[in-house]
Amino acid sequence: MDNFIYFFTFQDLSILYVVIGIVLLGIGSAYVGTYSFLDKKALLGDAISHAVLPGICLGFILAGEKNPIYIVTGAFISGGIATFLTSWLKRNTKLSEDAIIASILSVFFGFGIVLLTMIQKGGNPEMAGLNHFIFGNAIAIVEKDLWVYGGLALVIILTLTIYQKEFNLLVFNPDYGKAIGYPMDRIRFGFNILMILSVVIGIQAIGVVLMAALLITPGAAARFWTNNLSKLLILSALFAVISGIAGTYISFIMPQMPTGPWVVVSLSLIALISILFAPKKGTISRFFSRNKYLKKTHKEHLLKALYKNQELHEPPLTIEKIYELYPYQIKEIKDSIDELFKNGLILKNQSIISLTDFGISEAKRVVRLHRLWETYLTEYMNIAPDHVHDSAEKLEHIITPELEAQLERRLNYPQLDPHQENIPRD
Amino acid sequence: MSFDQNAFLIILTGSLIAISCGLLGVFMMLRKMSMTGDAISHAVLPGIVIGFFVAGSQRGIEVIIGAGLLGILATLIIDWLRQKARVQLDASIGITFTLLFAIGIILINMLANNVDLDQECVLYGEIAYIPIDLWITGSGAVLGPRITYLALLNFTLVAGFIYFFFKELTLTSFDESFGSVIGIPSKGINLALMSMVSYTTVSSFEAVGAILVVALLVVPPATAFLWTKNMMPLIKLTTVLGIAISILGYYLAYLFDSSIAGMMVSVAGVLFLLSALIKGRSRKSAGTSIANI
Repeated sequence: MDNFIYFFTFQDLSILYVVIGIVLLGIGSAYVGTYSFLDKKALLGDAISHAVLPGICLGFILAGEKNPIYIVTGAFISGGIATFLTSWLKRNTKLSEDAIIASILSVFFGFGIVLLTMIQKGGNPEMAGLNHFIFGNAIAIVEKDLWVYGGLALVIILTLTIYQKEFNLLVFNPDYGKAIGYPMDRIRFGFNILMILSVVIGIQAIGVVLMAALLITPGAAARFWTNNLSKLLILSALFAVISGIAGTYISFIMPQMPTGPWVVVSLSLIALISILFAPKKGTISRFFSRNKYLKKTHKEHLLKALYKNQELHEPPLTIEKIYELYPYQIKEIKDSIDELFKNGLILKNQSIISLTDFGISEAKRVVRLHRLWETYLTEYMNIAPDHVHDSAEKLEHIITPELEAQLERRLNYPQLDPHQENIPRD
Repeated sequence: MSFDQNAFLIILTGSLIAISCGLLGVFMMLRKMSMTGDAISHAVLPGIVIGFFVAGSQRGIEVIIGAGLLGILATLIIDWLRQKARVQLDASIGITFTLLFAIGIILINMLANNVDLDQECVLYGEIAYIPIDLWITGSGAVLGPRITYLALLNFTLVAGFIYFFFKELTLTSFDESFGSVIGIPSKGINLALMSMVSYTTVSSFEAVGAILVVALLVVPPATAFLWTKNMMPLIKLTTVLGIAISILGYYLAYLFDSSIAGMMVSVAGVLFLLSALIKGRSRKSAGTSIANI
């Protein structure tokens, strides 16, 4: 607890630097990452983040120490070369994109390892912390680093905010952008530079291997909560910042722990919560709403069958007869009968099932929607009457009262549907 | 140059690993699953660590089982994210392998005192130590370098797998639906391929490091693909490349006093880029920029 208070009250100025760095980094990479996620280029971020390793090593060799400017420049250049090669290979060979990305990623990383071992055997005493660039150590951020990494993060955030319209075009509809005169190639170029920069600023805190997660996961997690781009960006930045601080805190209280993995684990935890529990898009809520919908369709089909039976003046349906109508859904039908009975829509007399008054009006509603939709399809869409049943079979469960009223008005309250059947009204 | 037994052992082991990886990689590439291979090779890490922990200092079957399970788990998570949670494929892969790799690194740090494994070993491998890492039986008889035996076993299994399931693997790589129609269990074949990839990753990781396995999985097949589109030449060329990479990689690493595994990958990369330059579709549009990906 003491640690907790010490950490979050920022008594230690160096902790403040680290947290500011992580916050800026989180926002910057989450912004860029969300765009690349929407652009379906998430794995390019992975390729770039592995590919900066040789640049880091070369920067170190040239500077002879861990000078952030040399290292950032080196990382940026090798990330740029990797991005260029990826695009060049994609255009000039028949290799599939994933093979190209995987090749570039592993080759650059392998070359980086070669340089790293050469440095280690060279015996430069400054090289001790070089491994931090692989798995990340946010605690090691000092004021000098903050100016470089934080400054770059600010540049990324500002550029994305100022040119939001251009980047939206790039992600959602580049052809349209081109048509109305935007220089899409140059915008793509600018975005790739931002992407490389966002990897570069993460190498100190998160490390090259796991930097991809900070680009991919926040956007993917936030996507479960909203369809609105601004909210998406804010939410993904928030996720990245929270997990960034959590990871930093953990490597603060357990100094042997690298920061990167813990950031990734907290980020994945947020993603998992989003995937499971997000309203509407979460798997759990989707599971329940799907079940609810299926139950509703079963019940409505049953009501319809009972109503049609009545309409044709046939002998009343027994439970066995109903089971025969739906031979593969006996369990569902049994549940539906129980529920309809409980809600007072049907009556059970021995094994004979009949509709109550309330049931009749509910059944009429479903049949009415079905036949209204059939009428609409034949009259307005010119679809032959024998082709409209399947569509109506689906839409009858979905059409809202407002839509129904509109259909009625548009069709001028028809009496008969295309099959010359009565459209029932209360 | 006189016959150097250590060099021969290292090159032999390197070639065996490169060929095993390359052969599997051909099918991964044809299925457009190269990145899944990348994901698996990252994702087996927690399995390896737990296996090491369970097995103690003895590097045994537990490691291979652990990694195999994690490899399959990774493919299942990717599928679940894609189909049930409806996350797009690239993001599913990215989320899965970064999470599992992160867990692996955390486990290494937590169990640092109990497990004879460190971050560097995971990254670089220890192919240079093959000649001194001997397989010694309980009675004290020295049978030879342990990792070479592992690589040989791995190579035999991979070659056997591909030989016996060649038709199934090829068919499902090109047309999964047709394979299903004529009665090939494409899901099962796919899972078997993934299991072989995980097993190969584990078996090779001590020698070349978990991340560099990816390079051996992906780069030789991609290079071969630039020269030929036929199945048999593709496999043969991949094999030849695997051997060439180990020989050149070893001597260059010797020359520059650097990581052998890293140098093997760098050689593979140079060969790949040279092939792309020579066989590139249209060298007219060489004036490209990073603007169009």
